[in-house]
Amino acid sequence: MNLNDLLLEKRSAILQKWFDLIIETYPEETAKFLKSQKNQFSNPVGHTILEGIEEIFNEVLGEPDPEKVAIYLDSIIRIRAIQEFSPSKALSFLFLLKKVIRAEVINETPEYHMLEELSVIESRIDDLVNISFDIYMQCREKIYELKANEVKNWTYRLLKKTNMVKEYKAEC
Amino acid sequence: MAKTTQPAKPEELSKIDYTPPATDWLETPVEFKPGTYCHGSRIKYLEEVGFPNPREWAPSDEDWKLPANWKDIILEGMKERLGKYRSFQLFMDICVRCGACADKCHFYIGSGDPKNMPVLRAELMRSVYRKYFTTGGKLFGKQAGARELTEAVLKEWWYYFYQCTECRRCSVFCPYGIDQAEITMMGRELLNLVGGQTDWIGGPVANCYKKGNHLGLEPHAITSNIDYLLDDIEEISGIRPEPSFNRKGAEILFVAPSGDLFGDPGTYTAMGYLMLFHEIGLDYTWSTYASEGGNFGFFTSMEMAKRLNYKIYAEAKRLGVKWIIGGECGHMWRVLNQYMDTWNGPADFMVEPVSPITGTKFENAKGTKMVHITEFTADLIKNGKLKLDPSRNDHLNVTFHDSCNTARGMGIFEEPRYIIKNVCNNFHEMPEDTIREKTFCCGSGSGLNAGENMELRMRGGFPKASAVKSVQKKYGVNMLANICAIDRAVLPPLMQYWVPGVSVCGTHELLANALVMTGEKKRTQDLRLEDLPGIEEEGEGEEEENV
Amino acid sequence: MGIFFSFSMIIALVVIAFAGVQLANMQFIFGVVIPYAAIATFLIGVGFRVYKWGRSPVPFRIPTTCGQQKSLPWIKHSRFENPDSTFDVVVRMALEVFLFRTLFRNLKAETREGRVAYGSDKWLWLAGLALHVTFFVVLLRHLRFFMEPVPFFVNLTDSLDGFMQVGTPHLLITGVVLLLAAVYLFFRRISIPQVRYISLPADYFPLFLIMSIAISGILMRYFTKVDLVRIKALTMGLVTIGPVETDGIGAIFFVHIFLISILLAYFPFSKLMHMGGVFLSPTRNMANNSRIKRHINPWNYPVKVHTYEEYEEEFRDKMKSVGLPLEKE
Repeated sequence: MNLNDLLLEKRSAILQKWFDLIIETYPEETAKFLKSQKNQFSNPVGHTILEGIEEIFNEVLGEPDPEKVAIYLDSIIRIRAIQEFSPSKALSFLFLLKKVIRAEVINETPEYHMLEELSVIESRIDDLVNISFDIYMQCREKIYELKANEVKNWTYRLLKKTNMVKEYKAEC
Repeated sequence: MAKTTQPAKPEELSKIDYTPPATDWLETPVEFKPGTYCHGSRIKYLEEVGFPNPREWAPSDEDWKLPANWKDIILEGMKERLGKYRSFQLFMDICVRCGACADKCHFYIGSGDPKNMPVLRAELMRSVYRKYFTTGGKLFGKQAGARELTEAVLKEWWYYFYQCTECRRCSVFCPYGIDQAEITMMGRELLNLVGGQTDWIGGPVANCYKKGNHLGLEPHAITSNIDYLLDDIEEISGIRPEPSFNRKGAEILFVAPSGDLFGDPGTYTAMGYLMLFHEIGLDYTWSTYASEGGNFGFFTSMEMAKRLNYKIYAEAKRLGVKWIIGGECGHMWRVLNQYMDTWNGPADFMVEPVSPITGTKFENAKGTKMVHITEFTADLIKNGKLKLDPSRNDHLNVTFHDSCNTARGMGIFEEPRYIIKNVCNNFHEMPEDTIREKTFCCGSGSGLNAGENMELRMRGGFPKASAVKSVQKKYGVNMLANICAIDRAVLPPLMQYWVPGVSVCGTHELLANALVMTGEKKRTQDLRLEDLPGIEEEGEGEEEENV
Repeated sequence: MGIFFSFSMIIALVVIAFAGVQLANMQFIFGVVIPYAAIATFLIGVGFRVYKWGRSPVPFRIPTTCGQQKSLPWIKHSRFENPDSTFDVVVRMALEVFLFRTLFRNLKAETREGRVAYGSDKWLWLAGLALHVTFFVVLLRHLRFFMEPVPFFVNLTDSLDGFMQVGTPHLLITGVVLLLAAVYLFFRRISIPQVRYISLPADYFPLFLIMSIAISGILMRYFTKVDLVRIKALTMGLVTIGPVETDGIGAIFFVHIFLISILLAYFPFSKLMHMGGVFLSPTRNMANNSRIKRHINPWNYPVKVHTYEEYEEEFRDKMKSVGLPLEKE
């Protein structure tokens, strides 16, 4: 049996464990809420994570398509980027997948080739971490940009207030 | 939420078993985390309107420089308000903690912070109420869910009462109609008594009091800004409306949220008002004195709200208008519908509103004499008084966001939808649980729309953004319409973060795009001065106008 | 928090009543004095609470609107979700009080992970309604102990209630449902994390109290078989404020009546007052007609305002420069 087949077989158990570990990065009471509701609109955070990790897992098993995987990484990271996590903790969820997979593999008393395959999968996850750094930074930059824009809007209004509107407009 | 002040050590990263607070909520103190609270109010703002305890302070300060007798002030204030508001007294007493409201709050859904459950946010105050105002609480203390009022508790109030947008969604689901908004309002009034004001609310309040509007625009700035909008209208349509200001003898006074005069995309909505009124030849006037429909005073105290609201009737009386039309704004209409007449009425110097164009009597506004512009416009369309070309909005796939205040403090659902459906060919509703009386808040209402509060706003707006995202995926929605100036200010950043590709507009922007004006030139641009797709005249690119 | 505390309180209460009757022979205290005191506390307490609520005015008209307002005649008005007349408000309140309309609002089929499921709140609605309805029926049934002759509707309730005709005496379904509903609400409280987190001793205590009252009642009726004739003599004595005989009645009866007394006395000081509160809730019992008819705030007071004159005074030059009309040139 190769590793991919093993992981596919254990897919739902792995996803469940991974999800639980991610949820545990939240405070206890928050975690309970995120776990308890599955509705897309009454628990969009939990829903997004659940949906995201499924797709990410699929990508990890195959040859990841960077563009496709970025969409799902983005959906999770975008949430964590505004949730009071430090950058390292915000992205830690990917390392948790390594942890879960490793645990599953070791349980199976793996053959040597499986360990080789494991290292391939792990380096794919490393690639995802790289992509994630970029996404995380984009999210944070977006937040600062939005903050800056609000200030800019105010100055723009000030310009208008002092009747500098016409000049301003002409320059644009 | 996770503590983030320290960089995580490598071993922490792999471990990640976050230890929850061992204490229950009564004893878990609040931590001020950047991005989730607003700055404290500047001295001058408080002084301008005579609010208590002006001083330099920051909410994250250890010492809040409270007056020495702050505790007496708060408890005395509570006592007074318990006696003045049945809602407050009742809502302190009757909650059974059934939890029906718990997962209905957008802040809770977006953050998972248990103190953002409406029931718990209310318990923050109920626990103090029990300690000082009930026998059980006095006798049994913690076992009765009671606790002392300490500075830590006060800070916790502040943190969470400024993490509530007074949207009333919880009230829809509470079997007793307990409205967290009422409790938040009382909480903020009390905090105000000891100087717990935010800068973002204090500023607009002071501005509005002295200058007539939140932005602090002086009279000449208002007229010149409208001039600038008129330039754009002329460029688009070849017609230059000639609005009047502070004109005595006009039939109608028009009051808009001042946000619409500045900052896109509110300005496009204002252009919509101007074009519509011009086209139907309405005898109306703007006022530079009553130049604000919104009311940030409502986020501080009832008294302040009344002081700001005074200008509208006072100006209507001075100008001798027959009745008033109000622009598209959320909390403005909560105030106009539920408070204005009680505070500053009766409006017996005006007459029952009758549309001069259609002759329709607005019977539902015969007391306040103030008509919502979507009521007015829907009536015009229904009576066939407007020539509309909805195909000019064909590049838009529109969905409609019900603003909390007009939804749950008024019930205005069909009027804006009727207008949109008549001026747009592509309209799609968001999922049922996220619109109408169950609408999710933008996450930035009730004065929380400060830049420094961005992370909190993004979290609070996440449930709404998820709903928008679902219709973006399903129908390709690219325009989020609404009838609220705060929405127009805060939904764009929310969309830019969560649902890129969706722009935000007021309903009257869509209307004016579609409005065929008498004598207009062939339109090649929409109100945003962007080329209308499919119209070849200028031969330029047909790029989507989305952000 | 507080489960253990509340539970031990209940055990202590049962023990007190049992010991008081069995060991100290205080039948008169538990059968007469305490019930009278409890009823007095209940009446005075509830009266005072309602008076206190009533005393606080309703300064503003603040209904929570849950449907389309009444506006233009061709727009369909959602009358009972957004009432504009007293009649509509009465219907809205009736739906609320009798059918728990608001809790029902949560009832909705939703798709969860591909299959249709119902929100847990349907159960809250059902259990809440079951608890309240059966409690009411049980109360009604108990009128037989306080009225002579027993009115027909009480007998009717009894026979409807025992429609299953199992056991002797016939099993009355409401008592069982009451107990089950209370048990469900207890398990709901401890199993939903958010609800458990917000729960106070004051939330568990009434549930345990209701359970223990139901259990003691069921025990009496079906198992220990107390002497109903003597009990009726006692209860009739209580209502007619006549002589009361407490001999020959099993201790379980005194436990039952003591727990009921505790419930009555506790009622006005607790969240159980929500029963009265629901009628007074301004977000539910008001019509959304404040644009039609002026609502009066009894404590409305004049406030400091910034008048137009002051405004013009400050900005006269600027207003003049852009040609705005002025009161004073």
